[in-house]
Amino acid sequence: MSVQPARRLDGEPDNRPHGSPGEPHAGPGGPTGPGGEPARGPRHPKTPPRLPAVVMALLRKELLVELRTLESVPGMALFSLSTFVVFHFALNRSSVEGDLAAGILLVTLLFAGMLGINRLFVADEEQGGFDALLLAPVDRSAMLIAKAAAMTIYLVVLEIVAVPAFGLLLLGSSLGNALPDLIGVLALVDVGLAVIGTFVAALAVKTRARDLIGPLIALPLLVPIAIGASRACAPLLSSGPHTGSGVRWLLLIGLYDLVFGLIAYAVFDFLLED
Amino acid sequence: MSTGSRQPAGSTEIRRGADQSPRQTQPRGALYGGSLRTLSIASVVMVGLALGMAFFYAPEEATEGFLQRIFYLHVPLAIVCLSGFVAAGAMAIMHLRTREARWDLRSYVAIHMSLIFGVGVLICGSIWAKGSWGHWWVWSEPTLVSFLIVILLYATYQPLRFSIEDPERQARYASVFAITAGAFVPLNFIAVRLSTAYLHPRVLGTGKLPGPMALTFVISLIAFALLYVTLWRFEMTAKHARWQLKALRRRLSGEDAPARRRSAEPELGAGLGTGAPGVPGAGVGPGADPAPGLRPEPALTTNNLGRQAP
Repeated sequence: MSVQPARRLDGEPDNRPHGSPGEPHAGPGGPTGPGGEPARGPRHPKTPPRLPAVVMALLRKELLVELRTLESVPGMALFSLSTFVVFHFALNRSSVEGDLAAGILLVTLLFAGMLGINRLFVADEEQGGFDALLLAPVDRSAMLIAKAAAMTIYLVVLEIVAVPAFGLLLLGSSLGNALPDLIGVLALVDVGLAVIGTFVAALAVKTRARDLIGPLIALPLLVPIAIGASRACAPLLSSGPHTGSGVRWLLLIGLYDLVFGLIAYAVFDFLLED
Repeated sequence: MSTGSRQPAGSTEIRRGADQSPRQTQPRGALYGGSLRTLSIASVVMVGLALGMAFFYAPEEATEGFLQRIFYLHVPLAIVCLSGFVAAGAMAIMHLRTREARWDLRSYVAIHMSLIFGVGVLICGSIWAKGSWGHWWVWSEPTLVSFLIVILLYATYQPLRFSIEDPERQARYASVFAITAGAFVPLNFIAVRLSTAYLHPRVLGTGKLPGPMALTFVISLIAFALLYVTLWRFEMTAKHARWQLKALRRRLSGEDAPARRRSAEPELGAGLGTGAPGVPGAGVGPGADPAPGLRPEPALTTNNLGRQAP
């Protein structure tokens, strides 16, 4: 617990060109330099930091926090493994293929992602990350981009664990042939899940029942991605020869990712106004 | 309409014009426009006409027979409902641009009405599906499924509002939701339609609707759109009236009626309308000294209702 304020301190001042973590104590109070004036110069740059720099700083903060606390990713991975076991018993099958395999994989990843989404903004809400971002002279959309990028990375790590486990535990056909195409589909799914999840998480985190509201809003919004991904994955995970071209479905997911990315980018600022 | 820029109760203007009678200060816009009666009559006439035409004028469809006439109810309802969702998104954009509470209220009422229409669409769609395909619910039917997804999404609108305490943030978040969901409506229809075989009767797409049927359809589309607008205006009026009643009650019960509220409803005019109607003695707390206690009586005649712009 005592690590957390320190973590914020070394995350946030990275936005500034000369962020020296020691200095903010001397901030508005008294003169900091010999004349009082010169010391203010570097800490109040005339041009605010550019968006990529801010996004990288925030992303670095996210990953650092996750590495230090291990709050989301291990939980998501463990959840996906338990879900496979539950599916095995619920369906009473030792191996699945085709439609069923795609559905199980997708549902598991979606729900595991939901766990991560629920945690995504909690630390910022509880420990002042939002306030810090609002105080900094930076574009607020940086937070959306950084969080979505962090969420994408979490999901990729989750899949590195979950997909081989799925191939080992449940999948009837071999994973090897399907893997290159599967990676493409899952990459698009990850981006969509991360963008929509970040947006919904930001919407839900200030509500009283955030663990309930988040998934309630996110699941209907994710239905088009689930449709496209399960249709695209089904032929990949069947034992027969890969016949159907999944390009149509990949296009659908990609387009949906793009449109929702733009919508989220357009309205995200309004979620961070106070 | 005219209530967007109210001042909080108990401002210094309370005593201005203390001799005016309550009748004079009754705002003209209190019932939200005088066209409500005309609109109601028009929509009743149009809905009656549409139903009459659907039952007696439109020709019997060859394969589906009498059951096909539910088309004149189901499809216009669905179109009006989805248009209502999209319109609510546009109103939410207006709310975020202007920050006026009335746009939030309009968006809220539009989503509310569309949800009610949407439940009607699902019910009569199910009846039609049972009649023509033999099942109450058909998963291979894209329009039905996408409609269900849209309704499920919008069903979270009220819980979302309800779980945000701060009225300003509630309005803002609800608008963000309404914009996103409004954009989701067409996207979702495209996605679901891609995913399934075309089974839904695509009467409109084929373009070979015979004349009387097309006429009936257009008439009933207009009728249900009119019905939607009328119901929307009625709910807006009811909200305004209730809000004014609350403001009056608040005046009666004193200035410091408890401001706690836990409601999904948008609030017009920050700081007003927060009086709890069920707490008559709320203002007579231990802190209420005699001098402010005298104020509500003249204030009732001159409260901020009188300062509304017509």
